[in-house]
Amino acid sequence: MYVAVKGGEKAIDNAHALLAEERRGAEEVPELSLAQITQQLALAVERVMTEGSVHDRELAALALKQAQGDAVEAIFLLRAYRTTLPRFGASQPIDTGAMTIRRRISSAFKDLPGGQVLGPTYDYTHRLLDFALAAEGAARPEVKAAETGLEPSPRVTDVLRHQGLIEESGPGADIPGDLTRQPLNFPAGRDLRLQNLARADEGFVLALAYSSQRGYGNTHPFAGEIRMGEVAVELVPEELGFAIDIGTITVTECQMINQFKGSKTVPPQFTRGYGLTFGQCERKAMAMALVDRSLRAEELGETVTAPAQDQEFVLYHSDNVEASGFVQHLKLPHYVDFQSELEMIRRLRRENAEAVP
Amino acid sequence: MSTGYNFAYLDEQTKRMLRRALLKAVAIPGYQVPFGSREMPLPYGWGTGGIQVTAAVIGADDILKVIDQGADDTTNAVSIRRFFARTAGVATTEKTREATVIQTRHRIPETPLSEGQIMVYQVPIPEPLRWLEPRETETRKMHALADYGAMHVKLYEDIARYGHIATTYDYPVLVNDRYLMRPSPIPKFDNPKMDNSPALQLFGAGREKRIYAVPPYTSVKSLDFEDHPFEIQRWDQACALCGATESFLDEVVTDDAGGRMYVCSDSDYCGERRDEVEQ
Amino acid sequence: MNALAPETGLLPGFSDPVAQSQKVFRVVLEAMSRPGTIVAAHTVASAPRPLDPVAAALILALVDYETPLWLDPAAAQPAVIDYLRFHCGCPLVERPDQAAFALITDPKSMPPLSSFYLGSDEYPDRSTTVIVQVPHLDGGEGWSLKGPGIRDQAILSAGHLPAAFKAWVQDNHLLFPRGIDLLFAAPTHVAGLPRSTQLEG
Repeated sequence: MYVAVKGGEKAIDNAHALLAEERRGAEEVPELSLAQITQQLALAVERVMTEGSVHDRELAALALKQAQGDAVEAIFLLRAYRTTLPRFGASQPIDTGAMTIRRRISSAFKDLPGGQVLGPTYDYTHRLLDFALAAEGAARPEVKAAETGLEPSPRVTDVLRHQGLIEESGPGADIPGDLTRQPLNFPAGRDLRLQNLARADEGFVLALAYSSQRGYGNTHPFAGEIRMGEVAVELVPEELGFAIDIGTITVTECQMINQFKGSKTVPPQFTRGYGLTFGQCERKAMAMALVDRSLRAEELGETVTAPAQDQEFVLYHSDNVEASGFVQHLKLPHYVDFQSELEMIRRLRRENAEAVP
Repeated sequence: MSTGYNFAYLDEQTKRMLRRALLKAVAIPGYQVPFGSREMPLPYGWGTGGIQVTAAVIGADDILKVIDQGADDTTNAVSIRRFFARTAGVATTEKTREATVIQTRHRIPETPLSEGQIMVYQVPIPEPLRWLEPRETETRKMHALADYGAMHVKLYEDIARYGHIATTYDYPVLVNDRYLMRPSPIPKFDNPKMDNSPALQLFGAGREKRIYAVPPYTSVKSLDFEDHPFEIQRWDQACALCGATESFLDEVVTDDAGGRMYVCSDSDYCGERRDEVEQ
Repeated sequence: MNALAPETGLLPGFSDPVAQSQKVFRVVLEAMSRPGTIVAAHTVASAPRPLDPVAAALILALVDYETPLWLDPAAAQPAVIDYLRFHCGCPLVERPDQAAFALITDPKSMPPLSSFYLGSDEYPDRSTTVIVQVPHLDGGEGWSLKGPGIRDQAILSAGHLPAAFKAWVQDNHLLFPRGIDLLFAAPTHVAGLPRSTQLEG
């Protein structure tokens, strides 16, 4: 005899117990500490902070540990934590021109004030598995010279701006919007687009950026400058009325310089695409800058033809917490709708069969 | 009850924002109010809109019922009910009659609702015109102009092709003779229950960041044509457990040789009928 | 939110903000979803004059720094302004059409409903919600109401309103889906009159 499916409560409890067991793995292997994760899986931590919209290495490490290393799940954990945090105010815009530079490259100029600083990068590593790392305790090569930029390093876009060769970046919104508090409306301003892209899934933004390079809305980009290092964050508390330093964060900034032939009202000049991430998410920062520029098509009078130029398409589908939830919701029962469809299909088949003599 | 979080999880600022959106939704029946949907500790697509609406509405005196596919014991219904038991400490029930707030996914209970009850629907895609026009900027214009011709054309194409309208769930309705609305993926079997319901019906789409509402005693018309009036599904079978012939039936596969049986999708309704028989 | 500040003369807001905001909201939700129904109010102990405790409770429950508030000249007193700034942190606006919420404490001299923000065709939800403080809900001219939320018909007899008020409400309904929504706050009860409601006669 059939009994209606019962036992949801028990099944859920059991699933959670099994998950805890899987997460811990074999008892004889030492448990990961958050310090190990923040120190040795720093790029994963930085991606989780960037897309999770919270700058906190410990929390991001905890999220990664809890999610068994699944970045999207970790981002979701951090976002859900963030939702209920009280807001004290908005910081002043960070001054990346005053960054303590650890890496700074420009593909537009051979040399420039402050110089090219390669810094820590995978760019010129040969992607050969390093079996010495597997053995643990691999020797640490000595860092030869302090490669930190000591002389001032003006942003490449500022150098061009002084010569009038690149568009002004515009005043921006007085109070930048916050799409975690207000729903997105269209057309969305650049402040909201950039916020959306900063939180967007790296893979999605990367693929869109790539498509723009392959002819789906070409933006003719140059990597004007990529810089990574430490910047101060300042806040103006209501009761003080002046800015105070509340800490230092590591960011990666990418300024793309794009060709622009000019229009009826604007002389030919370079235009900008901008990317910014917490930590060293360089791939994401570059992709973001390309997509930012693509999304400016409409304001620059270009025809919108490609997915990367389409605000609604990009902004509505960029968020991996939203996308992951909705794709995976298909796991939930759909018996009722399926039953309705079954009934319809059977009816259509019956009618079909009756119609055929 | 879990400490460390506010009553019903959400902070008061967020609740006020939701409440304001709900009041505007009630004032403009069927219109989708954009709201600042928050990231909930449950995944998008799993009822975050319904959960936010319930969290904004619910108080310590409420009695909450949560169903998924009509049943109280499906895993996601259990998970959501637990969430509120944990964060709000509210009483929960499986009885439709006892509940003051009913959060649902995909069904409306068979037991008629009453005045004072609040139905909260979980909505995946709130926009009824979305399959016809993917752009929000366009569909918003269509609603502003009450330009719903495209939907009529779509339904009419069904008739031309199949002899009848081939939409079986999430069947579009016109609310208060003005706004076209998606009733969420309930079977069209449930659509008539929305019309002039004594209960207040609230809809939350978390991922899509929209809230809408149907006040009590409001006209909810399923779209149709004079020569093709709206009709609901009927079964030749009765429920194998309680014998009901007027309820929505789930088909249960019993073996791999075509054996199957039909049982009520509404587990509370089915249980209540069986209890009556036993007495 | 419930801080007592006797030295400044500031009156307290809700004693239990979480529970009380929820209760007030449910009163308003009931009033808005059943237009014309007289709903027993949930209130605060006291409010600075000329603000009544029922109207004060509505504002405490619904208004905050995200919602610009307009006060009618009678309400725009320092004691009221300090009270609302402290408990709600809401921006106060000069013009009625800039407001998400408006508070009318002297209905006889209130501006026409069309002077508030009416929303747009695409975003009718952005219109002003107007809270009108009235001495009673049963002694005025009886209006017969029809529309969503009303089973057959409802009667509302809010008192002490300008002579043109009924015509304003009728005109407001004709704008549907645009239009303002009204909440009446009487000494012990609340009633709602959303834009969807039609006044007969």
